[in-house]
Amino acid sequence: MSLTELSIAEARAGLDRKSFSAVELAQAHLDAIAALNPRLNAFILPTPERALADARAADDRIARGAARPLEGIPLGIKDLFCTRGVRSTAGSRILGNFVPPYESTVTANLFRDGAVMLGKTNLDEFAMGSSNMTSAYGGVENPWQRKGDAATRLVPGGSSGGSAAAVAARLCLGATATDTGGSIRQPAAFCGIAGIKPTYGRCSRWGIVAFASSLDQAGPMARSVRDNAILLGSMAGFDPKDSTSAERPVPDFAAACDQPMKGLRIGVPKEYRVPGMSAEIEALWQQGMAWLREQGAEIREISLPHTKYALPTYYIVAPAEASSNLARYDGVRYGLRVIEPGDSLDEMYERTRGEGFGAEVRRRILIGTYVLSAGYYDAYYLKAQKVRALIARDFERAFADVDAILTPTAPSAAFGMGEKMDDPVTMYLNDVFTVTANLAGLPGLSVPAGLSAEGLPLGLQVVGRAFDEETVFAVGAAIERAAGFTARPVLRAGG
Amino acid sequence: MSLDAATVRRIASLARLRVPEDQLPRLGQELNAILGWIEQLNEVNTGGVEPLTGSAALAMRMREDVVNDGAQPEAVLSNAPERIDAFYAVPKVVE
Repeated sequence: MSLTELSIAEARAGLDRKSFSAVELAQAHLDAIAALNPRLNAFILPTPERALADARAADDRIARGAARPLEGIPLGIKDLFCTRGVRSTAGSRILGNFVPPYESTVTANLFRDGAVMLGKTNLDEFAMGSSNMTSAYGGVENPWQRKGDAATRLVPGGSSGGSAAAVAARLCLGATATDTGGSIRQPAAFCGIAGIKPTYGRCSRWGIVAFASSLDQAGPMARSVRDNAILLGSMAGFDPKDSTSAERPVPDFAAACDQPMKGLRIGVPKEYRVPGMSAEIEALWQQGMAWLREQGAEIREISLPHTKYALPTYYIVAPAEASSNLARYDGVRYGLRVIEPGDSLDEMYERTRGEGFGAEVRRRILIGTYVLSAGYYDAYYLKAQKVRALIARDFERAFADVDAILTPTAPSAAFGMGEKMDDPVTMYLNDVFTVTANLAGLPGLSVPAGLSAEGLPLGLQVVGRAFDEETVFAVGAAIERAAGFTARPVLRAGG
Repeated sequence: MSLDAATVRRIASLARLRVPEDQLPRLGQELNAILGWIEQLNEVNTGGVEPLTGSAALAMRMREDVVNDGAQPEAVLSNAPERIDAFYAVPKVVE
């Protein structure tokens, strides 16, 4: 089998058996990046020298019999994670020359466990988007194409579009990603791979460029549920440098993938049958219920009555937090500075921020500033926080009766590059099924479950109780087994 | 609620965001569309509901009040757009 087709577990076993070296594994992926990245644009910055140095170190450790859990596994790192000495842009022009002098906790954890960095993956600017089209470094092409339509280039979803496309196209075995409203799960669904947003607090936010701090959470993307479990096991863990990091032990997520479905109660929320959802997504959802029932789970209809208010709530809370977080980009300490002779300090701020941020980021900063401004705080921001409490309470009540919740991941398959760009609200609707888990802080996993009539991947989402990723992985693995999803994208290494 | 050009100009100024005058009307329309969509939250009865600020455990953790990092001026200044000695340089703010 080609080295770029391996799972992470298979790659680890092959490295330990010395069937191939970490340098060979890294080189196979670097060759794939060299061949396909000029078209896909999944990596903003490939780091081949770093990858080979990491791989040589991994080979040394394997030779000494001192291999660590991810020794020699080549990964893509979303360019929202600060990497020491490696430019980290957040997909923005304003951080175009930013070279962090420190390492994010999540990437530090991965490198502590032996992972190899292939490069920094593309994303929507500051992770604000559902198409990857807002990146200052250009859009990413989804490696999948509609049947018989090679001319229409599709988006990989967003904001973790580069990570999703890179994993799907076999440019890396797995990748880091982040999810504020669906930015791991929606691109995973669009690209036919798996990805999990863990419980808020499971992964440290330290060193990840902040978007909306009460919603942001890091997680992995990979081609199988088990590979996600392996990666999350390394990424997660308590970090005193993040005040919202959970002081809890990290369970054996990979072992959880083998748990049986018998006796599990799976909730299906009636409010997720949204108007305009395609018949094939409804059919896939029904298929998912049947798969779990066949494996011994019980399917129960549940109600999450405030579902329809989740997106408007999110589009107050997230821009409010973003407008505050992004105040730091002022052209003084790091990043872009735009100044004309005679400018005052305020003029320098305004010019820097006006030219450094793209249209969607500017829009969200303005919305956030408005809803936090005097006279509007109670009507918008406080109201949204109260509705957020009701959304969280819906889930609490539901989880008294069920162990996990099954929904579609996204209301459609991948759309064309340039579509849905005219009206911001149309783009926001992509996250209708995913954003609730962010507002309630719950873990959510997207699993590829089937193909649309056009031949594009569709995902199912499993949402679990806070800090119960194990049940989420178990249900996700059960869907994966039943679905037998083996379809591969047109644009891929060796394809 | 409808945002006119003057309001957009004021918000942009609060956000320290330079918006060219000719973009104000279109931006106002976009923001109005988003705010109009958000208005549906008014349908929800939130009487007696405590606002939820985040989903993390409510109690903030305390740490030892000690110096545990610092004295790294070169690292701190390594991305400065402009510096003078060990300081960030900005346009003159005091006459």
